[in-house]
Amino acid sequence: MRALTWHGKHDVRVDTVDDPEILNPRDAIIKITSTAICGSDLHLYDGFIPTMQAGDILGHEFMGEVVETGPKSTLQKGQRVVVPFTIACGSCFHCSKHQYSACDNGLPADNQDIGQAAYGQPMAGLFGYSHLTGGYAGGQAEYVRVPFSDVGPIVIPDGIEDDKVLFLSDILPTGWQAAENAGIEPGDTVAVWGCGPVGLFAVQSAFLMGAERVIAIDHFPRRLELARNFGAETINFEESKTYEALMEMTGGIGPDACIDSVGLEAHGLFADNVWDQIKVSTFMGTDRTHSIRQAILACRKGGRISMPAVYGGFVDKFPLGAFMEKGLTLKTGQTSVQHYMPALLNAILEEKIDTTFLISHRLPLERAPDGYQMFHDKQNEVTKIVLKPGMDLAEAA
Amino acid sequence: MGDVLDRTGRDDAPLTTSKDGDFAGGDRGNSLTGKTVTINRPRGELYEFWRDFSNLPSFMDNIVSVEQLDGGRSHWVVKAPGDRTVEWTSTITEDRAGEVIAWTSEDGADVPNSGRIEFRDAPGGRGTWVSATISYDPPGGVIGKIIAKMFQREPAIQARRDLRRFKQLMETGEVATAAWTRKQLDEEKA
Repeated sequence: MRALTWHGKHDVRVDTVDDPEILNPRDAIIKITSTAICGSDLHLYDGFIPTMQAGDILGHEFMGEVVETGPKSTLQKGQRVVVPFTIACGSCFHCSKHQYSACDNGLPADNQDIGQAAYGQPMAGLFGYSHLTGGYAGGQAEYVRVPFSDVGPIVIPDGIEDDKVLFLSDILPTGWQAAENAGIEPGDTVAVWGCGPVGLFAVQSAFLMGAERVIAIDHFPRRLELARNFGAETINFEESKTYEALMEMTGGIGPDACIDSVGLEAHGLFADNVWDQIKVSTFMGTDRTHSIRQAILACRKGGRISMPAVYGGFVDKFPLGAFMEKGLTLKTGQTSVQHYMPALLNAILEEKIDTTFLISHRLPLERAPDGYQMFHDKQNEVTKIVLKPGMDLAEAA
Repeated sequence: MGDVLDRTGRDDAPLTTSKDGDFAGGDRGNSLTGKTVTINRPRGELYEFWRDFSNLPSFMDNIVSVEQLDGGRSHWVVKAPGDRTVEWTSTITEDRAGEVIAWTSEDGADVPNSGRIEFRDAPGGRGTWVSATISYDPPGGVIGKIIAKMFQREPAIQARRDLRRFKQLMETGEVATAAWTRKQLDEEKA
């Protein structure tokens, strides 16, 4: 099959590799019809994530058609499914509590050592995101092997196009969980740092959960405009002082809830070595933890902080004093995608949520390397790239 | 290995977590390793699976074979570095259904060892705590060096990984792998 493979910093290629096979009873093989490039994929592209190996297949936002099933899979050939980016067993203690991203059994036993050392306990596996998160082949390919296919993938009814449901795989549930973790109450003003896909879905979700006002913070005009389309007010941090603006826009109280969706944006990345690498390489290090510090300072007393943004290691100058003195609550975590999928699919079917506004580009899989470069170079114009393995090159041109 | 459970004058933490590296426990061997894992299944089921030693290679990656002999004895062939194997014959010293399986190696073992696998109800109805405590005698000499490489470091790592695989198999019915072709999976297991 053809697959987008990683070879080094800014070096991704579409290669011919072996087709996946059913290896465990609960496996299914999915023929990919749509697969997105995630903002966190750019951290792999930029070489920030350790334990990548040449030839690793990327991609953790994908959907497609079931073409093969193991004896214990509950899927049927021909069904269309969206696959959650978290690989979770559905039967351990954490899965029984719907904490799917904390699944005990998603990672191969040997890979669990690193997570144990870095975080105290290993987390769930992830598709296409380095050997720290299991080394699973991702979905930017023609086919993918999906473990635990009886509990992960959600079946999509006929007649709904891919673009409407693809983001159930990661960013829509992540934005939704972010808003849920903010404990939104009627009348609340919610501030959202970062208007990437997760931030934009958090804006949308916050309104659906009853927020009276949402204030979106970013510096890309195009992204702020998308937030405004949902009814958010905006702060461009290159034009205005964020803390001062938030205080003035809330009558001196501060937002009731703050959502940091900036962070490192890398799923499940690790430890101080990565952290140091980022810190020394660019201004990103300071810029990016700046958002959580600013959220803590701006948040109203007794307010709530939600942090969908991914942090991997350690952070300097965390305002622990402000956090304690103001009695804030912080909720965070990788998304338990499986928990949110059914309700969010219904919301899409009932047309309460539309995610297609986000897609700025559709490309055939063969042009995935161009897609990475475009996404990397033009974050204002390129909001989301969806790769279509079935798309003809001529059609895309 | 009765003294492993003796808590006189100590805190409640297992001796396998002792800061005292010189601790010696067990009838055979002077290095101790131990690990506990919570498995979301009833202890009777877990005991039954483990007690049938022919099941062990399905989650213990280093085992080449376990042959059940008569009288609670079994012969073990285990992978060692450099394409070698080490062998021993074990006798069951304690066996209580749903609770414990303990063994000790007979004289002439390449690596004298003893241990116990305990099954206890986990608090809060969370299934079973499975604890493996293994003590072993790292041999000397040249072969000892090779074996030591495996047996001074590896048993702790191996026990930890084997227990995780046991948990995966019991909770999910399979052992997780990131391979995507049969060939890769076979190479992983080789």
